[in-house]
Amino acid sequence: MYKYDNYDQQMVDARVEEFRDQTRRRLSGELSEEKFRPLRLMNGLYLQLHAYMLRVAVPYGTLSGAQMKVLGDIADKYDRGYGHFTTRQNIQYNWIKLEEAPDLLADLAKVEMHAIQTSGNCIRNISSDHFAGAAADELVDPRPYAELLRQWSSFHPEFSYLPRKFKIAVIASDTDRAAMRLHDIGIQIVKNEAGEIGAAFYVGGGMGRTPMVAPCINEFVPIDQLVTYSEACLRVYNRHGRRDNKYKARIKILVHEMGKDEYTRQVEEEFAHLLTQGIEPPLAELERIKPYFADPAFKAGLSDEIDRTDPDFALWVDRNTVAHKAPGYVSAVISLKPVGGIPGDASADQIRLMGELATDYSFDECRVTHTQNIVLPHVEKARLKDLFDVLDANGLSSPNLDTIEDIIACPGLDYCTLANARSIPVAQKISERFSGNGKTAELGELKLKISGCINACGHHHAGHIGILGVDRKGVENYQLLLGGSEAEDTSLGKITGPGFDEDGIVDAVEKAADVYIANREDGERFLDTYRRIGMDPFKEAIYG
Amino acid sequence: MVEFLRFRDDEVSESPAVTVDAFGDQSNAGAVRIEPGDDARELLPHLAHIARVEVNFPVFGDGRGYSAARILREAGYEGEIRAVGDVAVDQIAYMRRCGFDAFEPEKAMNEADVKTALERWENVYQKTVDGRTPIWALRHG
Repeated sequence: MYKYDNYDQQMVDARVEEFRDQTRRRLSGELSEEKFRPLRLMNGLYLQLHAYMLRVAVPYGTLSGAQMKVLGDIADKYDRGYGHFTTRQNIQYNWIKLEEAPDLLADLAKVEMHAIQTSGNCIRNISSDHFAGAAADELVDPRPYAELLRQWSSFHPEFSYLPRKFKIAVIASDTDRAAMRLHDIGIQIVKNEAGEIGAAFYVGGGMGRTPMVAPCINEFVPIDQLVTYSEACLRVYNRHGRRDNKYKARIKILVHEMGKDEYTRQVEEEFAHLLTQGIEPPLAELERIKPYFADPAFKAGLSDEIDRTDPDFALWVDRNTVAHKAPGYVSAVISLKPVGGIPGDASADQIRLMGELATDYSFDECRVTHTQNIVLPHVEKARLKDLFDVLDANGLSSPNLDTIEDIIACPGLDYCTLANARSIPVAQKISERFSGNGKTAELGELKLKISGCINACGHHHAGHIGILGVDRKGVENYQLLLGGSEAEDTSLGKITGPGFDEDGIVDAVEKAADVYIANREDGERFLDTYRRIGMDPFKEAIYG
Repeated sequence: MVEFLRFRDDEVSESPAVTVDAFGDQSNAGAVRIEPGDDARELLPHLAHIARVEVNFPVFGDGRGYSAARILREAGYEGEIRAVGDVAVDQIAYMRRCGFDAFEPEKAMNEADVKTALERWENVYQKTVDGRTPIWALRHG
């Protein structure tokens, strides 16, 4: 894992002091709320329905055990004893007092953490593959590149008042576990025919009210020009992105309206100019960062045997563990989707426990996934049963990874000022329905995602089944979408037809699931069947 | 309170600033005012004759002026670049990094706050046009 040196620590400490000063000026009335708003947002502090919400950055989703434990302590000290893991691999707290926020940030800084740029019209926390460094299929670990970009994008003086927020994801395998092409910039680290490492740039993807899949604008940017090329992409956006309408201000609209070719031409022109400015860190900086992400000391000669005598354990192994590159190891996913629970929520005790388990079972590392679960990336197969028993005793052993119970949901109208409808109760009812009728297992991989408004924080466009909450004449109404995917086969879901009330949407989901079960061919997932047979049979079952 | 802040030793140019459009017609003007939608690159052929460029921020959240200033400095412009309009103490450190060397905010700034803001960041992550050595260069000598 990356460790701060004195420079990194100084930067974060300076930010804490800056925010303390800004908060003091706000509380004294020297700063108006209008002027304070963008400043607090750039430190992750939102004003929600009931209180301030603070979003803490988890760069590329990676945490040490000690950091995770502090996140648990913060939930107790500053919040109501729980935290919420988000679709951007971050954690947020929903009950924060403004006057305590600077102290909270100071506590984070002690363990090399912060809330810098987790909101606001700036470059946000950079996300990555939650199996980085463990996946058998990756070209290299993407995180050193993400860390290089984290430093470049932190406190960037030119790009802190962009037209709109800006999200970057970095991956390094053909399997996309980070929804890379649904980001403002998606970067895939690749190798060219000469065997050199470089970066493919996908620009202008996003969800929100106008979902778009990012086109590739450059298939190979040499790795020693990564920062310069990113800077060129951002400068063209900062200068030409729309500022007249907040809903048309994301880079996807610029790329769409200007056209991919013209946007690319301008980026290449800016890039050629910026290459003369010497703004790229030397490769030595990347080489300095890389060893922090070197493989831990995996034991050699471990057995791949797992004792499957306990059926509950065997089911959890089948559902919640993922192949690892080192023999004798797996990546274990701790589901934060208990049946009837709030997707992504964990209590302070559970967070601390997961931190301890990261230390004890996974070389002191854990990951936050964009699907709102926690990964222990490097667990010995021989110790899986012990791990499972601890998880099971603490309500963390739901065997439902990538099933219909593994729902992504935004906070919705229960917390969010933007929401039109509640997301959490719908998620709870769906997981209860499918757990109760036993269809979860039969359905296999089925990614269901719920957003409580068209801003799409719950990624509903990218769900195999998506649900969008809207306000219909003052009543919560839910639209159903089918056929989205956030993986390497990225696609956007289509709306089935008229919406439903809260119970109606749960019934509609079950009808759609039944159409799949009745029509699937060997080995097909829900998404595959939908793509083969199309929308009509589903519509007929749902509305017929 | 600070109503005008300048980080230059040369004399303050008194030329009235013309718009970028007007400058196109009379490129002998000594000072130009850039609005957010203007293309700073239109000025590049004439930089040697311009003593002052004012970059207007009608609202502080419109960050196009940061790119405008940096583009001028990257092209070698050595005259004054003055931020005017909705500019506050919380923006001036980043503006300095993008090449602004004068500030004429609509609303005067508190002197102590200005000092704190300008001294806040001992080091910086990026190389820009302010001559500061970025952290990556400090790390690798």
